[in-house]
Amino acid sequence: MTDAAITTEGLTKRFGPVLALNGVDLELPAGGVLGLLGPNGAGKTTLVRILATLLRPDQGRARVAGFDVSKRPAEVRRRIGLSGQYAAVDPFLTGAENLIMIGRLYGLTRRKASHRAAELAAQLQLTEGAGRLVRTYSGGMRRRLDVAASLIAAPPVLFLDEPTTGLDPAGRLALWNVLAQLTAEGTSLLLTTQYIEEAERLAATIVIISSGQVIARGTPDELKAKAGGDRLDLQAAPGQDLRRLAASIAALGSRQPAVDEAAGRVVLPVADGAAILPDVVRRLTAAGLQVSALALRRPTLEEAFLALTGQAAGTLPPETSAASSVPADAPRPAGKKRSTS
Amino acid sequence: MTAVATTARPLHSQRPARALADVAVITGRNLRRLVRVPTLLAFATVQPVLFVLLFTYAFGGAVHVPGTARYIDYLLPGIFVLSIGFGASQTGVAIAEDLGTGMIDRFRSLPITGAAVLAGRVAADAIRNLFVVGLMTGVGAAVGFRFHAGPVAAAAAVALAVATGVAFSWLNLLLGLAVRDPESAGLAGIFPVVILFFTSSTLVPVATMPGWLQAFAKANPVTVIADALRALCLGGPATRPVLEATMWLAALLAITIPAAIGRYRHAITP
Repeated sequence: MTDAAITTEGLTKRFGPVLALNGVDLELPAGGVLGLLGPNGAGKTTLVRILATLLRPDQGRARVAGFDVSKRPAEVRRRIGLSGQYAAVDPFLTGAENLIMIGRLYGLTRRKASHRAAELAAQLQLTEGAGRLVRTYSGGMRRRLDVAASLIAAPPVLFLDEPTTGLDPAGRLALWNVLAQLTAEGTSLLLTTQYIEEAERLAATIVIISSGQVIARGTPDELKAKAGGDRLDLQAAPGQDLRRLAASIAALGSRQPAVDEAAGRVVLPVADGAAILPDVVRRLTAAGLQVSALALRRPTLEEAFLALTGQAAGTLPPETSAASSVPADAPRPAGKKRSTS
Repeated sequence: MTAVATTARPLHSQRPARALADVAVITGRNLRRLVRVPTLLAFATVQPVLFVLLFTYAFGGAVHVPGTARYIDYLLPGIFVLSIGFGASQTGVAIAEDLGTGMIDRFRSLPITGAAVLAGRVAADAIRNLFVVGLMTGVGAAVGFRFHAGPVAAAAAVALAVATGVAFSWLNLLLGLAVRDPESAGLAGIFPVVILFFTSSTLVPVATMPGWLQAFAKANPVTVIADALRALCLGGPATRPVLEATMWLAALLAITIPAAIGRYRHAITP
């Protein structure tokens, strides 16, 4: 029998009145990487906790590394590593002591655990702090140590719940490199993240969940396509009225244009950008509006995520009427990081 | 592709030896914390010494217990347990902290049993309590305490004190897992200790209390345990009090162990 690393069918979990998961189906092939994106409260952590045997689902089934999480949790635990949202390391042990403790609890010998601890400390740039008590660590170091602890026994299936939250760019890069190497060697990884670039960089498949349901899944390219074709960036010339600019071309878009006051830009989602470019120019000319730059591009994954989760500030559903509904007071600092998870 | 390879522990890992190794690893963690966390160190060293000296010199002049020449002889067996009882509150604090920091989530995702995690904590406490009893005996000896019933009875007294600590530790694990917040866990652990100790024979003979309190004090399990310890330290008929004390502890363990393990199985970081 062939086994996926993770399969879930109709996974449902309720906390009192809150339906945290509502019929989630997932599949992660062995050796694959799945990025779980979703706004806060979408159910990402609940899903990870069920897969890591910490919570029992109310309905549905989940298999991890070939074993049912409800019926054979002990078998599942032998084959998984978990790094949750907290840096779950003991502040009164040294970094090395923490890693060796977790390694030994996985059943490694002391010798093997020490060896792995040193190896991981080097990979995650923790060697310098390995002999120090964790209470002296920075937040980023604790986070990396926590991820290292989940890797100590080289488990075939790894769950990382927002692993790079709180890391500086160097720490994030070090972790990405370690994860890329692990997945290249065949570790299956399920990763939740707030950082869309992280999902795009590490995950072959991205699943977007919202309110406990899967609302989109696919490769980053597929998700960008689902979000409605290309994006047309219009950089307004100085002194131009952005709302007038947006209104003048709104009818040409596949969705409503987004107005970015801070950047002085209007972003228009378009189905077929090349075909409407002449129309865009004609309308701008007719309205007497000037742009300093006009660029056609694929949507970013961030734009796709915002469109698919219906979170986008500055974009509106396509059926809403054009000019009156362009929000003027919703600046979208494009390119800057948004808290989206 | 076929089932992912198991790199962690082999399939024979359910063996008792494996579980004992897990307990030993957790015990090691807690012993390290014991000497590194200032409050834990204080509960294990400063407090026991203070208890011996404060009670001896503050109460010793006023309290004259019939049948005992020195107050310290009467006092020390009881305050072994008082010290252990206060120290045990830190076990509830620690498990609540582990819950809050995600440590319990991590342990629960590992191929170890909850019983091993909790037993490792209790074992570390037992080692601490052995040290506490030794320290208090040493300080007590310096101010006049002696074992009067021979080495076997003395060893039995130490064993009973440590066994009482084991029951307190399980109780506090249960409290910590139930209240989930370190500060509340600390209070929940200390509060019953204070009430039960001052209404027991730990510090003064029950016969000196008003009648309504005597009834409670006689039934109080701390009185039963203090009397048993005193019998083992000072001599006199010990079988019956020790048996009664043992039954109290067995009953407490029979309730708290399964309850604590049951709570742990569903414990999750909020």
